[in-house]
Amino acid sequence: MSARLAELLAGIVGVRGLRRRPAELRTFEADGLPTHAARPRLVVLPGTQAEVIAVVQALHAAAAPWVARGAGTGLSGGALAQEDSVLVVLTRLNRILALDPARRRAVVEPGVVNAQLSEAALPHGLFYAPDPSSQSACTLGGNVAENAGGPHCLKYGVTTNHVVSLLVLLPDGTLARLGSPQGEAWGPDLVGLFVGSEGMFGIALEITLRLTPLPAAIRTLLADFPTVRAASEAVSAVIAAGIVPAALEMMDQACIRAVEASIYAAGYPVDAGAILLVELDGGTAAVAGESAAVEGLLRGAGARGVRAASSAEERARLWQGRKKAFGAMGRIAPDLVVQDAVVPRSALPEILERIEGIARAHRITVANVFHAGDGNLHPNICYDGRDPDLAERVRRASREIMAVCVEAGGSITGEHGVGSDKLDYMPLIFDDPSLAAMCGVRRAFDPDQRANPGKVIPMHYCREWGRLGAAPAPAASVPSPGAAAR
Amino acid sequence: MSDAILMRLRHALGEAAVELAANGQPRATPDSSDGIALVCGLAHEQGWRVRVEGQGTWMPGDAPADLALSTRGLARIVDIAPADLVATVEAGVPLALLQRELDARGAWLALDPPGRPERSLGSAVATGTAGPLRHGFGGVRDHILGGSIVTGDGRAIKAGGSVVKNVAGYDLTKLQVGGFGAFGVITQLHLRLRARPAERVTLLARGERDLLSHQARTLMEKGVAAAALELLSPALAELPEWVLALEIAGTGAAVAAEVERTTESAEVAWTALPPGAAGAFWSAAARGPESGELTFRLGVFPDGLDEMIDLLAERLDTRLVSAGPGRGLLRWSGTASLEALRTLRRVAAEREIPLTLERAPWPLRHAFGHFGAYREGVGRLVAKLRSSFDPDPTFAVALEGTEHG
Repeated sequence: MSARLAELLAGIVGVRGLRRRPAELRTFEADGLPTHAARPRLVVLPGTQAEVIAVVQALHAAAAPWVARGAGTGLSGGALAQEDSVLVVLTRLNRILALDPARRRAVVEPGVVNAQLSEAALPHGLFYAPDPSSQSACTLGGNVAENAGGPHCLKYGVTTNHVVSLLVLLPDGTLARLGSPQGEAWGPDLVGLFVGSEGMFGIALEITLRLTPLPAAIRTLLADFPTVRAASEAVSAVIAAGIVPAALEMMDQACIRAVEASIYAAGYPVDAGAILLVELDGGTAAVAGESAAVEGLLRGAGARGVRAASSAEERARLWQGRKKAFGAMGRIAPDLVVQDAVVPRSALPEILERIEGIARAHRITVANVFHAGDGNLHPNICYDGRDPDLAERVRRASREIMAVCVEAGGSITGEHGVGSDKLDYMPLIFDDPSLAAMCGVRRAFDPDQRANPGKVIPMHYCREWGRLGAAPAPAASVPSPGAAAR
Repeated sequence: MSDAILMRLRHALGEAAVELAANGQPRATPDSSDGIALVCGLAHEQGWRVRVEGQGTWMPGDAPADLALSTRGLARIVDIAPADLVATVEAGVPLALLQRELDARGAWLALDPPGRPERSLGSAVATGTAGPLRHGFGGVRDHILGGSIVTGDGRAIKAGGSVVKNVAGYDLTKLQVGGFGAFGVITQLHLRLRARPAERVTLLARGERDLLSHQARTLMEKGVAAAALELLSPALAELPEWVLALEIAGTGAAVAAEVERTTESAEVAWTALPPGAAGAFWSAAARGPESGELTFRLGVFPDGLDEMIDLLAERLDTRLVSAGPGRGLLRWSGTASLEALRTLRRVAAEREIPLTLERAPWPLRHAFGHFGAYREGVGRLVAKLRSSFDPDPTFAVALEGTEHG
């Protein structure tokens, strides 16, 4: 069966566009989530839109489940080829199809790397605002699927605020054109519905994005606090003052030390309980006025010191430390779980203390680096997955951290998605009718439920793959040290 | 039939929650989401058609149905969390009342839809009608974090969440915002708030329309950080000429800096409105569309705005026109024939511009539809989504119209 399908797919993409040998498939058995792995049945790498369409049509005809994948940097296991799925890798579709500076729009293929779009827009005084930490590698198609965020989303909004139109290939191999180039929904807001659907509604073949003018002035402040609590209070003070910084990021001591011990050392004070990176942008006079106000608020909340980046290079270094913090932590242990949850901003001090307590109880180390301005936590757990007892403690601690965040009125994911990792947590925040309604929406896009099976909504709410008569086994929880720390 | 429905509803909800409306039909006004679910469940079971109403100030309450279901009983402000800049509010709450309560807590919902101050939050959300503040703060969707919905067959569903960032599950909220009630009755909403700006300044420039729209584009190119930037027809501005209205909001220093950058250009003369007059100006402009029988919006790029207004002048009129070049949205109100509307929608579609009917008497809504014809492949999806949220349609909503608008 696989052999016949392989022949069929090779007929579309050529033998060089197909991976079928076990050693080749192994490369694709995990994404940025180290705790899960699933070997794809086949991997197909189409090079053109026409090939993607032909591939999906062939998979539809063969009734074969499939999973779309970009760069594989996702942190929730959203691109795992579970249930013997064929992996459709879209990285070869990497053309910027149009860039219209006057209208501030770009049309891209799904395999374009996030940072490359900003580079292409730069000469026109524009940039693409959502900036996930993986932006030098992750693809815009993946960003659309996950509704990716990033530090600068505090002011500029997440992916869904920047996608105006999509040409979508539905799982039955037909096309749908959602939204309008200008950004007004053309009918119900199907663009908004598609963004963040985690690859379960189809493939975004063409993505029309809003570009943002580069600000005239940028000021980046580094504030040094004795405690996480003091830093959290400073965050609330800034927001309450009606100032919306471009970014407002926090790092705790464990994280600062990991960064400073790595090649990404940014000059953060290693004795600080926590640091805040606050970036203000806009008109020159407005930025000057607001950064003076922010500096006062930071000091008022107990900052031991506040310094502004004095050059573009220093600013870049401060940001590199933040964006490569996950990489820096990867040095400490073979495996790294980057958790993702959201809590009401005012609950930050209490939640961070509770997370510390959970870490202590399970004898693990949690380092926090996160988007404090919107309460989006990223507790990072460094560990060695080869130690089954430790892996189990990490799993339990993760679950407890989620429960604490949900209890505070928060969410189980702010920007990484549910994927495979958070599947079991969905019933913590959604009741049965709500989960069933999500299944209904999925069926509108994919009646056969063959696109990215086994993700986002626990199986029994959709009775997906019920035709097999039994629920398939969950993705194997095997340690895969090679997949650590993206 | 009406008597039987009245009795069933009164039995289910209690005497006080069901009245006989002026048109002789029952109107149910439950005071909870459960009550809404009860009515929808019953209607689905009995095959009754339901017309959903808010405060009754925007969409005419004239869709043929067996009963009206009002959200006026859902009028509680459940929670305002100024420190987190979020709030949870029932859908029937009048917007002006909500803004007053938020203001008292130092918070603000940066949403100023057209219509009367008592218009319900749910109405603005269901129709996706944002006003001039969309320039600085985005459309309706950007303020809604999640909410509760009751489907046509009486299922109560939660969408999204109450925190400012959230990607758990599919974003069902987006389907409800601007869905015109075809996918459910919105009963409760979680809102993203802003801190009440320390200062708000409104500047007006008057003159030739072309000159003003050019000035608007210039300000955008300069990157002036405006909360609102709106071109208004004389009748909407209640002034003898076209007006470009600009609102700047923020901290004192930031506002002063942006006002300075705006007025340094000698291209047009700017006048600042006194603080009391600014609020009155914007609310008069918001109420303007009421003097027309119908209202629609067009999604237009800033560089196509002049051409589109010319087209409106040629095909309809330009008495009640407002346009925000920033978010590229043009709103027209007035009286127009079905034929004229169909032609306009066709001409707009050729330019890849969607025309959304925001309000109109039922015969026009029914024939023209809120959306008309969709783009490639979309009609099939909308039909399936609709039947998923409202099987054997309970809600009297005309999304597509007859002959595809």
